[in-house]
Parts: sequence; C-alpha cells; structure tokens
Amino acid sequence: MSTAIDKSKVPWWVSNLIVPFVNLILALFVSALFIFVAGENPIQAVNLIIYGSFGYIEGFAYTLYYTTNFVFTGLAFAVAFHCRLFNIGGEGQAYIGGLGVFLIAINVSFLPAPLVWLLAIGGAVVFGALWAFIPAYLQAKRGSHVVITTIMFNFIASSLMIFLLVDVIRDTNQMAPHTVKLPKEIWLPTLKDFAGFFGIKMRYSPLNLSFLFAIAASFFVWFLVWKTKWGYEMRAVGHNTQAAIYAGISPYKNIIIAMMISGGLAGLLGVNEILGVNHKIQAGFPAGYGFTGIAVALMGRNHPIGIFPAAFLFGILYQGGSEVTFDMPNISRYMFVAVQGVIILFSGALENLFRPQIESFFVNRLNRKQEA
Amino acid sequence: MVSPILELTNINKSFGHVQANKNINLIINKGTIHGIIGENGAGKSTLMSIVYGLYQADSGKIRVNEKEIKLKSPRDSIESGIGMVHQHFMLVENFTVLENIILGFEGELVFGKNLEKAKNELKNLCDTYKLNIDLDSIISDLSVGFRQRVEILKSLYRGAEIFILDEPTGVLTPQEVDELFKILRSLKEEGKTIVLITHKLNEIMDLTSEVSVMRQGEMVGHTKTETTNKEKLAEMMVGRNVLLRINKSEAKKGDIIFSVKNLTVKDDLDVTRVKNVSLDIHAGEILGLAGVTGNGQTEFLEALSGIRKVESGEIHLHGEKIADQKTYLDPRNLKEKGLAHIPEDRQRMGLITDFKAYENLIFGYHDQEPYSKSSIFNEKEIISYSQRVMEEYDVRPTSPQLITSNFSGGNQQKIILSRELNENPKILLIGQPTRGVDIGAIEFIHQRLIDMRNKGTAILLVSVELDEVISLSDRIAVMFDGNIVGEKINKDVTDRELGLLMAGVA
Amino acid sequence: MESFADLASLLNSTFRISTPLVFAAMAGLFAERSGVIDFGLEGKMLAAAFAAAVGSYYFGSAWLGLLLAIIACVSLSMLHGFASVTHKGDQVVSCVAINILMIGLTTALAAAWFGQAGLTPTLTDEQRFLEITLPFADSLRDVPVIGFLYSDVLSGHYIFVYLAYISVPIVYWIVFKTSFGLRLRAVGENPSAVDTAGINVFSMRYKALMINGVLIAFAGAHLSTAVNANFFREMSAGRGYLALAALIFGKWHPKTALIACLLFGFTDAMQIRLQGAELPAIGKIPVQLIQALPYILTVVLLAGFVGKAVAPRAIGQPYIKER
Repeated sequence: MSTAIDKSKVPWWVSNLIVPFVNLILALFVSALFIFVAGENPIQAVNLIIYGSFGYIEGFAYTLYYTTNFVFTGLAFAVAFHCRLFNIGGEGQAYIGGLGVFLIAINVSFLPAPLVWLLAIGGAVVFGALWAFIPAYLQAKRGSHVVITTIMFNFIASSLMIFLLVDVIRDTNQMAPHTVKLPKEIWLPTLKDFAGFFGIKMRYSPLNLSFLFAIAASFFVWFLVWKTKWGYEMRAVGHNTQAAIYAGISPYKNIIIAMMISGGLAGLLGVNEILGVNHKIQAGFPAGYGFTGIAVALMGRNHPIGIFPAAFLFGILYQGGSEVTFDMPNISRYMFVAVQGVIILFSGALENLFRPQIESFFVNRLNRKQEA
Repeated sequence: MVSPILELTNINKSFGHVQANKNINLIINKGTIHGIIGENGAGKSTLMSIVYGLYQADSGKIRVNEKEIKLKSPRDSIESGIGMVHQHFMLVENFTVLENIILGFEGELVFGKNLEKAKNELKNLCDTYKLNIDLDSIISDLSVGFRQRVEILKSLYRGAEIFILDEPTGVLTPQEVDELFKILRSLKEEGKTIVLITHKLNEIMDLTSEVSVMRQGEMVGHTKTETTNKEKLAEMMVGRNVLLRINKSEAKKGDIIFSVKNLTVKDDLDVTRVKNVSLDIHAGEILGLAGVTGNGQTEFLEALSGIRKVESGEIHLHGEKIADQKTYLDPRNLKEKGLAHIPEDRQRMGLITDFKAYENLIFGYHDQEPYSKSSIFNEKEIISYSQRVMEEYDVRPTSPQLITSNFSGGNQQKIILSRELNENPKILLIGQPTRGVDIGAIEFIHQRLIDMRNKGTAILLVSVELDEVISLSDRIAVMFDGNIVGEKINKDVTDRELGLLMAGVA
Repeated sequence: MESFADLASLLNSTFRISTPLVFAAMAGLFAERSGVIDFGLEGKMLAAAFAAAVGSYYFGSAWLGLLLAIIACVSLSMLHGFASVTHKGDQVVSCVAINILMIGLTTALAAAWFGQAGLTPTLTDEQRFLEITLPFADSLRDVPVIGFLYSDVLSGHYIFVYLAYISVPIVYWIVFKTSFGLRLRAVGENPSAVDTAGINVFSMRYKALMINGVLIAFAGAHLSTAVNANFFREMSAGRGYLALAALIFGKWHPKTALIACLLFGFTDAMQIRLQGAELPAIGKIPVQLIQALPYILTVVLLAGFVGKAVAPRAIGQPYIKER
C-alpha cells in the first residue's frame, strides 16, 4: 500500500511555514535540554532572552544591530544557494570586504560623509566579490568544489588580514592588531545620534544606519533574484543545469556572477562593523557572523522575506543570549553557538525528518474537508 | 527433453498510476536462448528487474527450477542462479576486472588464498567461453564490448545458470555484436539459459529458439522462432493502435532549409550513435523520423539543436553552415536564426519544473523584448502573454502562477510546445511530442503541427509512436542503429513496413 | 651538535603536530571513500577532546576518557549518517551543523560544569597520557646517528603519535587488501554496482562512519589528554579542516595523505623557527604566509594545477534506488 501523497496538493503554507516552524520548535526543545544539562532552568533562560532582546530600548537596539549583520551574511549565502552553490566563505569575504571599507574610507575621508559611505559600500562589495571570485572561477572552469575552496579562503583571509593588521596597516601607537580609528565625521550615525537629533536621550547601542542598508539589501536581493534576467538565469542553472544549457544560458557565467554577488553581500558586514560600530578594523571582526548567516539563510528558506525574520530571531538569540550569560554564570555565550548549530541541524540537515507526516496530515485533512 | 528453468505466473507491477506489467505469464526453458521483444515502454526491462530482485512484483509467482521462490533482492536472484547484464553496466570504473568480478563474493575477509582460487577459476571460465579478458586490466581502459564481457564473466563466476541480457547490442560495433553472439552460443552449448531482451528482430531470428512478445505491459504472443518470421513478429510488436488519422492537404514543399551531410555524433560515453547520416528538410514539410529509442535519434536531435558537438559531417541552415567538427552555434544563436527545439525529455531539458508556468513560457527567450527590457522583467507583460498562450493551447489549469511540477505531463508538454511554436520558427525540431499526453491533447498538438507546416515551417518530427509518424509526416525516414535505413514518401506505406525497418530488417 | 639538536626538535614537533591530522585524515578517508562527505572532522575532534578530558577527570583514567571520546564521536558520525544516508539530507549542511554545534556545546558545557570560561580541570599525571620512553633509549643515546635518532627523535612521544603512524599501514591494509575495503571503495564509486551485487549500500556507509568516529576520537583525545592536560575552548583550531585538506591533497589515499599531513605539520613546526628569517631578495617571510600555506596548497591542488584530485565518484550523492 503506497503512502505517497500527491505533492502538488500540499499547500504552500504547510511546506514553507508549518514544516520550518516545527523544525524550529524541535531545535529549541533540544536547546532547552542543553541548558538543563548545563545546570540552569530553561524557562528562566527564555525569560531572560526575551527581556534582554525586547525589554529595554537599548537591548532591542542591540538585537537589531545583530540582525543587520545576519541579514547581510544570510542574503549572501542565499544568493549563491539559488545557483546551488554552498558559499561557506562568508567569513572571509566579510573580512576582506571590511578591508575595502576601511581602505576607501580612510583615503576619501575629506569628502562629505554620505559620499564616503557610498564609496565605502562600493569598496565592501567589490572587495568581498573579488574574494569570492577565485573559488567561483575554480568551480566553474575546473569543477573544484566550492565548499572546500571557500573554507580554505576563509583561513587564507584570516592569515592575510592578521598579516596586514600586524605589519602593514596597524595603528602604530599601540600593540594590538587593529588599525587607526576613522575620523568621527564619517562614522555612520547610530540610533543614539538619531535620537539625539530629536532631543531624546538614549544610551549607546551599536545600531546604526547600516540597518537601513540591510533592509535595502534585502529588497535588492529580492528584486535581483526574482525580477531580473540575472536572477532568473542563476535559478535556472541552480535547478537544472542541463535545461539551462538547452535554453542557451551559460552555467559558467552564472556561477561566477552568483558567487561574486554573494561575496559582495557578505562584504557589507564590514560597513556595519567598521563604519558603524568599531570605526576601525579589529582582528577577527567577522566573529562567526558568516557561519550564522548559513543558519539564517536555511531557516529563511533562502528568500529575503524569510531571511529577515530569521536574522531577527538570531539577533534575539545573540542579544538575549548575552543577557543570559550575564545573569546565569553557568551559561556562556558559547551555548548560543550550540543553539545555532542545532537550528542548522533541524532546519537544514534534518529538515525532512517529520515532513512526510506533517504534509500527509494536512493533505488528508484537506481531503476530508473536501469530501464533507 | 525441455524443462522450465524459470516460470513467471500472473506477474503484476505498477508504478503509481502506470501499470508496467499486467498479468505476465512466461516460461523460459532450460538450455534455450529465449527472446523477449517489444517496443519502448512495453515493460520488458521492468519484468527482468523483477526477476533480478531489483523490484518486487505487486502480485504473482516466480518459480526457478520448479521451486517457488521470493526474490527480495539481487542477492536472492544471484543465489538462485540468475545473472543479469544491464543496459548500463554495473562496473566500478577504476577497479580491475578481477576486483569488479569478486565484489561481494570475495569469499574471505583478507585477500589471500581465495583470490588465487578466484583467479584460476576465472581463467578457466575465460578459456571455456573464449572471453579473452585480462583480469588485471582496469575497466576504464576497456572498450564497451569488453566491458560487456566482464559483466558476462561476472555472472558466470557467481554461478549463474540463467543469463538475462537487456538490449546488449545497442552500444556495440558490428564486429563486437558478432563476438557477443559467439559467446552466447557457447554459453548455450554448456547448458546455460539465456534471456535476450531486444527490439531488434534480426537478433531474435539469428539467436533465439523461442520468442515472447510484449506490448504495453502485456505478454501478447509466444512462439517458437522456427515457426515464425520477422513480419509476423513485427505485427505482434507494433499492434494496432487506435489513433485518429489527421486529414491533411498535400504538402507545399519549399526550399531545403535544413541540410545534414554525413553527420556522425558520439554520446557521453564516447560511443558513436549517429553514423554518417545525411538528411534534408524542406520548408513546409513534416519529415518524420521513426525508430525505437536508443538508435541515435536523441543524439541526432541534440546535435541539430546545438547541444551536442559534431564528430564529423556538417549541418547547414538556410544554406549557411552552422555546425561541423570545429564549430557549432549555441542554442541562443540558433533561436535567432529561427530554429526551435522541443526536446524529447521535457522534464530533463525543456523545462525547469520548479519554476512557475510563466517563467517556463519564456524559458530561452527571457532576455528578449517585450519580456524583459535591459534585463529587468516586465512581469505584467509576461503574465498576460502567458495567460493568452495558455488559453490558446488549452493548458490546464490556466494559471501562469502555478508551479510547473503541478501540471500533468501532457500539460507540461503543451507549455513547452506553446512556447516554441509561438515564436513562429522557421524550423522546428520536435521529439516525442505526445509522450505521456492524453488523447484530447494529442489531437490538439497534431493539429498545431499541421498548421505550422501549412504556414511553411520545416518540421523534423522524431517519435517512437508509429501511428503519430504516419499520421503527420509527409516523408518518413527510419533510424536504426545510428543509420537512416529507409526513406519513404508517406503515401501508401504500412505499419508493417515501417515496423520491419524499425526492427532492423531491410 | 647544535644543528642536530635543532633537527631533532624540528622532527619531534613535526611528528607531534601531525598526529591529530593523521588520525583525522584517516577518519575522513573512510567516510569519503564510502561516498559520504565529511567536513565535520573539526567538530568531532573538538567533541572528542572535550569528552576525553572530562572522562579522564571523572574516571581518573585516560583510557576511559578515550573511550568516552570514542562514544561521542561515533554518536556524531551516526547522527551525520542518519541525516545524510537515511534521510538523504544535504551532507554539507549536516557537517556545518555538527561543527558549529560542537564548538558551542563543548565550551558551553565546560563552562557550566567547571566554571572557568571553557577550561576543564587540569589532569594529573595519572589521568593523562605521558610521553613514552622507548626501551634502552637512555643507554643508546650516545651511539652516533642511529642512537641519536632512536633516543631523541623516535623515543619520547605520546602514545597517540605512535598509534597514528602505525594506523596508516593498517588503514592501507584494510582499504586495499580486504574485501571490506573493496566494497567500501566500490560504494563510493558506483553504489549501483554494489547494490546489484547484493550488498547493502546503507549498511556499508554506516560501517564506514563508525570507523570514522573511532579514528577521529583518537585525534581529539591526543589534544586534550596527551599534548595538553585539559580541554580549552576551540582547541582544535582548524585542524579538522587542515586534515581534510591533507586528505584531498593526498588524493584520498592513506600513504599520500600521510605525507600531506607530515608536510602540513612540518610547515607548522617551521613557522615558529622561521619567524624573522629572511629570504634573499624577498626579505622577511611573514609568519602568516607560512600559516596559510597548507590552505593555499590545497586550493592550488583543487584547481588541478598539481595533478588531479579525483574524489570518489559517488561522493555527496544520496543513494536512491528508484529508476
């Protein structure tokens, strides 16, 4: 007796909302288990997370600051994924993108700030894209697996940047590996600045204008992937390379374009961190955002409309998580890295774990409704 | 004194809605070469996969050596003495012959004595059957003919008494075919039983002593080879399909638009599939290319549409050379020159099933106005175009926003058709246009093709459905084993004549 | 004798540093040869390091710690197998998930159970593996060349170092001289051929993953119960990826993978010595360049410039029986 259901009868909201939701719940349940094993109360942890990320204005601002980064890296992974490419190199591309931001900004700092920002964004995108170019080329031309090459390039980026930060562009006035600070005039305005403009007093939070850039980037990706010829061709190559060739679409060209756009988006992380928060390049500033971006993209089903909420969720986890680590000495911030891993596991690797049961449940319910 | 070695009783097997085997009864006698003949989709391969334990029948019984057994996996079949030489060889490319043969039957954990024993046994087998294989050669270095011998040797080593060969000669050169036949005959002399699945009547008449005919999932006939002939078999194989014949006027043949000269094309495994074919197609005519799948039509179409490169020979379009050994145009350029291609395997090539219907309706034309302007899609225009076209071609449901995988096979075909036909191509290459399409849609598609031909389009129609070819074509050519074996004006040609040509009988 | 002492020190470091790479590469070899991608070596090594350190502490025995590490890694490999082989999920995503999960969980639990920012308690000498002095090492020291090699280079390593290098010929023997190895390689090249020979493809892959788990556990245990006396956060420091690079560089063959591991270990050992050194015309070699060298070499290899690295043909594709 066949239990296969007619796939076409499954409503889109079941596959795209219910199943991911169930996966998320499973992940959070396992996470709660971890917190319990670590000796703390999961319920209390949840309360702290909610308080830390929503409970006060600056906390919420921090949440949105993290969200900004996750949007950039999530979009980056998603764009490449549409061409069926696993870009694990977001960390490295973000790092090098940051280099671009800094180099441009420090050299054109005499220009009016908005112009500097525009040029710096260009720098981020170009540098990030270039760092993704070689793995892209090797995949397209020589079939080298992009997953391995991008991981390698992460390490190479790390070594390169340390070298530059220690020997070449270091702030020579002190020993730590970071650059000089950018002049205050070209810093991106933060929420505090913005509020101050309206006479509202606030404490500092790193939320800055980049958040709006992230929203713009989301629109850009949505438009590019679904409303332009480039996105269309990328998706065709990603779904069915044979058919794409039949239609005269070049897989080679599209692999490279997809990866470069992906790298460019990852590079934008540098705009947030360098132009908006630290105002200098600090060693290791990508700090795992690149990898979290993978989780964000997978949870958000690689569509900006899903990525934004997923990025927000991770923002909550990060900010709320730091509240938890503050109040619960037994929980270190690494617990939230683990939570991230569990989410990737259930949203990505095990995403079909309960899919057949959920889908047939809903299809049967719909059938019964129709018969009634 | 013949005794049955393999008996199948009332075997049924369905895949979803498709019933591949319907109430099959078959008796294979020991020590005979038994042929199973039928066209595409007749169900031969499915049946043999059941015998080899790769699939399980939905119902029915299998008896080997008069004992009823359940064949739940290849292991069971192998232990019952059944060996199979598949169409696509089950060999590990970078292993040696020896390693491939002993895989799964090593007899010991650490290679040692048994390996030596195996080597000796294999050498003896090779000598007995004159297989002439070097056990230490690597598979990737062997020719297709030799790889097939390795498969036969594999079955011998595993103690097979029954050898099933699934379309074994499709990939062989004529000399290799002769060699294979010699080997099969010597197997028979040693008392082995051979089941030969084929669509080539010559092989049946040359090798077999008994033959069973399958058609559309059923066993329709069973005779002794000596009491039948090719004509009778062809008739059984092809049968009488009840499809309406289209009324069409005389073709108004124009100039030669498409000209193929001495075309030779190889497939992905480097086997020559199109052998020195020359063909002309005129404006305003439908040239039907008949033949069983696997005789080179696929590669032929792919070469003509710019997807596959040409080994030798030339292709001319509008008098201009578009392809030869060194150059070929890509599909986009060909589109600009007025060539449209509706591929045989629509799901693999003609569509992106995950795309929405309207996205597929502009597939390959997506960067042309009015669909897109400076690379940005004019969605309103595309959707209204799609709506129009879907209504015109009666694609159901008429929703441009629906994801293509949700349409039935026939409607997917109509989507591709409407896309290509709407461009008013000067020449249309079309493969298996009505595969998996219901009757009503078939009529509709056929009428459209006639309309285009009347308007002056040159059409190359490749189809395994004889009735379709006869119904639509002005001229018919038959492709067998990579060659054009017959070209006839479609006036009084019969099913049987074509069936014979399709089965390789001159 | 100065230069000899330097050489000995360099060789010692090379062997010691390469050890976890060798174990990890061998682990990866089994998985990948059977057709399952294993980018999760990093996460598993970390898990093993944590489990070994914790186990040694609680049970008072380094061997029991090793056992705990083996249990941890085999479980993770089974999880990976469950996701990729049985559920046919994406193998790369599964590996990324395991890596991130382990980076987080190991440090989080260490911090929760032992307090100090991700360190496990320091193990006493009884609770860890100590350097082993080979018999007669002291007395042979003065014998010219051979004695020196024996007592200063060969002797005095942790048990894992010896085990690592012994494991390579054993792995070679298993993969190339047994029927298990033949089937393993066949599954990674053409699973259909194996299926039609009547062998269960899934079961072969799970067995390969089990061996994978055991081997990588040794790598992690070496880090936390031999070389160091505890676990500290992210202590695998990219070795899992380096081992993967070595495996690819070594074309999935134990002998060449070993050479690649030694090469990478050597560059790491040299890195400290080369700091400040100058090459004619080029000037000072940045230490980061040497650190990045293994990764750059891998990319060069993957680009096909130094021969072709041909992966097992069926790698990364879930085996689906339908036609």
